[in-house]
Amino acid sequence: MSDHANIDSASREPIDAAIEQNGEPLVLIEMVHRLKVRDVMTRKLATVERAESLRKVQALMKANKISGVPVEEGGRFLGLVTINDIICALEGGYIDESCQKHMSTRLVVLEDDMPLSFALRYFERYHYGRFPVINREQKLVGIICQRDINRALLLELTNELNRLESESIDNKVPEGPYNLYVLREFPVSKYDFENAGKAANKIKQMLKEKHFPPRVIRRIAVAAYELEINLCVHSDGGMLLWQISNGRAEIVVQDSGPGIADIEWALKDGNSTANDWIRSFGFGAGMGLVNVKRVSDEFEIESKVGTGTKVKAVIYIDAEKVAHRS
Amino acid sequence: MRLKEIVEKAGLEVVSLPDGEVEIKAAYTSDLLSDVIGHCPEQAVLITVQNHKNSVAVSTLVGAHAILIVHNRPVADDLLALAQQEGVAILRTQFDQFTISCRIGALLGIESGIE
Repeated sequence: MSDHANIDSASREPIDAAIEQNGEPLVLIEMVHRLKVRDVMTRKLATVERAESLRKVQALMKANKISGVPVEEGGRFLGLVTINDIICALEGGYIDESCQKHMSTRLVVLEDDMPLSFALRYFERYHYGRFPVINREQKLVGIICQRDINRALLLELTNELNRLESESIDNKVPEGPYNLYVLREFPVSKYDFENAGKAANKIKQMLKEKHFPPRVIRRIAVAAYELEINLCVHSDGGMLLWQISNGRAEIVVQDSGPGIADIEWALKDGNSTANDWIRSFGFGAGMGLVNVKRVSDEFEIESKVGTGTKVKAVIYIDAEKVAHRS
Repeated sequence: MRLKEIVEKAGLEVVSLPDGEVEIKAAYTSDLLSDVIGHCPEQAVLITVQNHKNSVAVSTLVGAHAILIVHNRPVADDLLALAQQEGVAILRTQFDQFTISCRIGALLGIESGIE
């Protein structure tokens, strides 16, 4: 049996704290919540059947430049042989013995629809080099290792940078008291009632400090609060992005699931999928999205079951438009 | 009517009263937070059973000056702390929502509720 590294109880700082600065999360945090394991993992797998020798596994590792080979037979995932196992086999002189005899069968696996943030915590906690990934039917669908994560994050960061750069070229800073540029992100966790509403409150404080008109503050605060609570109460967790530029205040929320099956139904006053526990707190009245839509100048929603939901609310803060609307 | 007059005339228990001089123009009775966000008028007293801190968050969003907890429900510590921080008064009554709403409605001179 191979020797997977000892499972320390995490004595290191969680990854989030390590990449936060001044309490403001970076774009990285949004990515690790939004991306799922299946977006990042390697899907094309070299596998062996259990009767094969460990030497065969060694050859596969060398040819494919990988460090872990799953043992699979008839579509069933049976175990894993790692480079560590191979080293032990070479030392112990049993490299020609079968995988069945030496593979690891008690494995920590990830599920393909888990957010990437989970994978990061597993890597922190377990010190394994890789995790097999299974789908809901318990079928092996991929393997994820640190290299996959690095590659995916670099790609996303590059895309994000390109997007920001192209936006800032188009932006012209307007005259007047509202020529403000703000960009903040707030992660929101599922059922985190302790912190629910804090993002909306911070946004409101900021607007008060800048002496925005009270009606505009109320509209923005309502949109932010309702969307934040929706993330907390209805989603698997996600991100609230708050932005002011070009006389527009924009709140975008994005989650990683479960998605809304019938958006039209969800947008009707009084319709809610909240359970009794949630309703006991006074949430789940089915009016959140309606409230957001009513206070916003622009409102967009898109959702896919199993993938997630994105809502965008825009409130104009141009002085003229403000006077006209309120 | 000033908040402290309402407290006195309606016989409300004071749990926290940062500013009794503040003017109350309306009241809203609801336990659904989004309903309050959608409909509660400014400068109101919020009459509710929701004795947890989300009521404070919602009150500050809509500009309610006071939260009136009914049925003598206990007030959570975290609600009290947040309310004091935000300057929202916390009041309590043994009565139910209908009874106390009628009483406060009468004090505010709102008879039929149809303006």
